[in-house]
Amino acid sequence: MISDVIDNEQVAILLNDVLEAHGYDFLEYSHASIKRRITRLYALDNFVSFAEFRYTIKSDKQYFKRFLEEITVNVTEMFRDPSFYRALRNDVFPALGTYPFIRIWVAGCSTGEEAYSLAILLKELNLLNKSLIYATDINPSVLEKAKNGMFPLNYLKQYSENYLQSGGTKEFSSYYTASYSLAKFDESLNKKMIFSTHNLVSDHSFNEFQLILCRNVLIYFDKDLQHKVFNLFDNSIEKLGYLALGSKESLEFWAKSKEYKRIKLEKIWRKL
Amino acid sequence: MAQTIDPAKCSALVIGGSAGSLDVLLEIFPSLKAEIAFPIIVVIHRKASNESLLTDLLKSRTSLQVSEADEKVFLKPGNVYVAPADYHLLIEDDQSISLDYSEKVNYSRPSIDVTFQSAAEVFRAELVCILLSGSNADGMEGLKNVNNFGGCVVIQNPSTAIMPYMPQQAVLNVKPHITLNSYDMAGFINKLN
Repeated sequence: MISDVIDNEQVAILLNDVLEAHGYDFLEYSHASIKRRITRLYALDNFVSFAEFRYTIKSDKQYFKRFLEEITVNVTEMFRDPSFYRALRNDVFPALGTYPFIRIWVAGCSTGEEAYSLAILLKELNLLNKSLIYATDINPSVLEKAKNGMFPLNYLKQYSENYLQSGGTKEFSSYYTASYSLAKFDESLNKKMIFSTHNLVSDHSFNEFQLILCRNVLIYFDKDLQHKVFNLFDNSIEKLGYLALGSKESLEFWAKSKEYKRIKLEKIWRKL
Repeated sequence: MAQTIDPAKCSALVIGGSAGSLDVLLEIFPSLKAEIAFPIIVVIHRKASNESLLTDLLKSRTSLQVSEADEKVFLKPGNVYVAPADYHLLIEDDQSISLDYSEKVNYSRPSIDVTFQSAAEVFRAELVCILLSGSNADGMEGLKNVNNFGGCVVIQNPSTAIMPYMPQQAVLNVKPHITLNSYDMAGFINKLN
């Protein structure tokens, strides 16, 4: 096992380098997770010394792209946690449907699976043409993938099961065309999406939304950073808008949590 | 060969298992004493959809506080934390829990390796890890790590495991270790301080 190859001090050195040389601030990320990501990358790319690893990250722009992609977690799924999507379909979107225009922010969208899931829901509720989904991530290369709307075909069986469990009634395969090992999702879905880089650590609010969805992103942040991001979201959600988090994330300990009301058993809160 | 290695002090116990390990847990938990002086973390492979079933089952068998692990929660003695389905569980230096939705390890999330390894770095010689029945090799690499940091490795005697592959791999590859029969485990845990 390679875990003790890079110690806590070295992790701190790397993260400081990354901030100074590239302007990305990972210092307030959960330590155990980021250490594991760094150690994993070190082993994956067969570095033989910490000095070489450090130098490459600091000075090789191309390699830093890879570092950024590997250090952040980009695992996601369509219709992950079907009961969550059922709540969006039955409770949240019908309420938003009364607005003339619906703005949604998917913060930390990674390769876009959740943004496409939302677009499918909106389409089925006849709300897609008056909606706009802003999908942002810290990492430019995953956004490129998200724009393309192509996902590995071998995941589609799982996604289709999730979709059905979430209350979907259409033929899931009607939303994509299979080509080789990829499923290309219908262009009517990403026509209503805007992709852009946004760093939750350092960037500001850029619009007002009726729904912000940020799932399994905050678990990688320490408590102080989580609260900063909640404040950023608070500044970006309209009154009576919604905030949706991952299944193990919570507003509970945040100072303004009293100003939000939880929807049923899901990790969805409504701003009062 | 099982060696006798007595952990001097136990600051945390991690129990990992896969197929066939639930029976062992249900045998251990009713016999645990009420005053356990360290936190217990349980990492069991299971389907993503069986959410809190495992937690509820364990709750019904012990007077210890059992909960599904929440992120950022500080470990407390005498409390049992169950790794949630579909998340890796890591331990921070300040002995709080981090959850992680990164790639599966050994086709598993939660992965036993991930938690063993992360706990080893934090608790070092004061960690006890128990690996139970299962049919893949998750846990073995993590146990090597536990040994590197001077922690205590306990493996279920493969001949008493419903699925012997996982403990068997560990017995062959991780030394030193203690092997225990499932019915001796509660007694072993009750004696740890």
